Amino acid sequence: MTNAANTATAPAPIIEVAHIQTRFGAAVVHEDVSMTIDKGEVFAIAGGNGSGKSVLMREMILLQQPSAGEISIFGQNIRTMDQAAVSALRRRCGVLFQHGALFSSLNVAENVAVPLREHTKLSKQLIEELALLKIASTGFPMASVGKFPNELSGGMRRRAALARALALDPEILFLDEPTSGLDPISAAGFDELIQQLDEWFNLTIVIITHDLDSLWRIADRVAVLGGGKVLGIGTMNELSTSSDPLIHEYFHGPRGRAAKEQAWNRK
Amino acid sequence: MNRPESTPATMAARPAQLTMTADGKLSCAGAWTLDHLADLERQIAGLPKTLTGHINCDVGAIAAMDTGGAWLLQRTLSQFERSGCTLSIQGMSKDFGALMQTVAQGWAHTGQYQRSAPPSWLERLGQGAWRAADNLRKALTFIGEAATATAALLSRAQHMRWRVLLYNLQVDGLNGMPIIGLLSFLMGIVIAYQGSEQLKTFGANIFIVDLVGISLVREIAPLLTAILVAGRSGSAYTAQIGTMTVTEELDALRSLGISPMSLLVVPRAIALIIALPLLTVFADAVGVFGGMLIALSQLGVTFTEFLNRFEYAIVLRHYLIGIGKTPVFAGIIALVGCYQGFQVSGGVDSVGRHTTISVVQAIFLVIVTDAFFSILFSWWGL
Repeated sequence: MTNAANTATAPAPIIEVAHIQTRFGAAVVHEDVSMTIDKGEVFAIAGGNGSGKSVLMREMILLQQPSAGEISIFGQNIRTMDQAAVSALRRRCGVLFQHGALFSSLNVAENVAVPLREHTKLSKQLIEELALLKIASTGFPMASVGKFPNELSGGMRRRAALARALALDPEILFLDEPTSGLDPISAAGFDELIQQLDEWFNLTIVIITHDLDSLWRIADRVAVLGGGKVLGIGTMNELSTSSDPLIHEYFHGPRGRAAKEQAWNRK
Repeated sequence: MNRPESTPATMAARPAQLTMTADGKLSCAGAWTLDHLADLERQIAGLPKTLTGHINCDVGAIAAMDTGGAWLLQRTLSQFERSGCTLSIQGMSKDFGALMQTVAQGWAHTGQYQRSAPPSWLERLGQGAWRAADNLRKALTFIGEAATATAALLSRAQHMRWRVLLYNLQVDGLNGMPIIGLLSFLMGIVIAYQGSEQLKTFGANIFIVDLVGISLVREIAPLLTAILVAGRSGSAYTAQIGTMTVTEELDALRSLGISPMSLLVVPRAIALIIALPLLTVFADAVGVFGGMLIALSQLGVTFTEFLNRFEYAIVLRHYLIGIGKTPVFAGIIALVGCYQGFQVSGGVDSVGRHTTISVVQAIFLVIVTDAFFSILFSWWGL
């Protein structure tokens, strides 16, 4: 539920992550991770492969429990939530999984209608109209709405999955590497789409990415994970002048420089 | 029109409302959000169908709106317009107006979507016939390919994947022994028990040996073993190869110059053709042992008497006919299982569907083949 009336409120924390620790057996993924995500911002979580970005997201969307530490969403601690509160919370969050995770036995329209059918008592016609509306808003080609996931290209699958994530008008949208595996043109198009949706639906967006172009383009703030810790949090400009050697390496490698120049040229 | 809410409101306190007064004034209020839409939809359905004249719509009291609410309002208003009313809207806030506009623009794009009509019965019949013919062609192609691959590998034994073959022998043969043994043992008990009731009344106790021996050795043990193996191994073949198709592992094999046929199909088929007769011999022995226990406890036929009679009553051909059928069964199960695995296309639901088909088809074909053998042997007077 996006409440379009509350746009002008001062930034308030919508997700608070406090001293998270995660271990799988002997492997430590997060040693001590804390961050605060404000309402309405586009917050990116960056970091190398295996730095625990996806695990952190899975913990935020209640698919996994951290070994220690607290996560609060909308001011509620997720550890102490009961089943009804968890279900209500899930309705307010939309998730785009890395590979789309569309249901392979349903076509695109049916995939997007699943959350509506499950969580509302609307008429079939209205559900279909709302699903089509969400599909149209992601720029998915309408002629392919009757197709099944395995008949779609990677970019189309990503857009269809985004439409499903938006089906219930979530307040927070989680995106797990939305541009990975897309060609540069599609990736740029997807970045634009995310900005557009943010504007239309007044979302808080948590985006996991190591696409430096995306980071420069759409992220309001970025948290860089590494070695089980948060190496730095801030705007891209702040981070790119950081003295931390790992962050410096991350943003000033050959690809980082190119992305920055591109971003400046675009501005 | 103020109905109790069907779902707990998470945000806005006041449920959505739509009221129409007689003088053509329409007022909208409350939270026009997804939680309240179902209620709102009913209220809208309750409005008069044909409206004329001027409608004065006041939306100033709408407290919250999401895309669902915006769409519903948009749809309702444009319906009024289509039915010939003139509209004036009051109190639309800037944010809601922008949302309504976004929704209207979005809807303009959905026009290209055309729902495909369900096919007519004639079209379905034609498609079904075509699919059946196509399946038959594919199955024959598969059998041919498997046969040539087997012949090629048998003529050049150094290319045979012996490790895969031995592994399958262990998984499909050795590891299946406990369950097959248990069920065969119970089968022997059931047959002997049922038979003993009848034989006792005639005083023909010793013929329990013929009953248990012939029925188990010639028919029941081979069939039971084949059905269990079809459920245990045939399904596993389909699921395994099918999942490999979905995850592009088969394509990877082909691109590395490894023939899936020689790696996945031939070793499995040969392993099963070796394993199934051996499992049947085991099932024979355990089943007859079950019969012996009942013969002893119910009819007083001792183990020595039983075995003496067994040697005389169960001539070798019964045993050989029973065992002789099993390599054919094994071939059917392995080929059906692997073939269905290769037929998987698209997503995960296809794996499930083909696994079901594989087991049903394999068991069906095994029983049909068994019936065919029975007719053949009775012609030959065996």
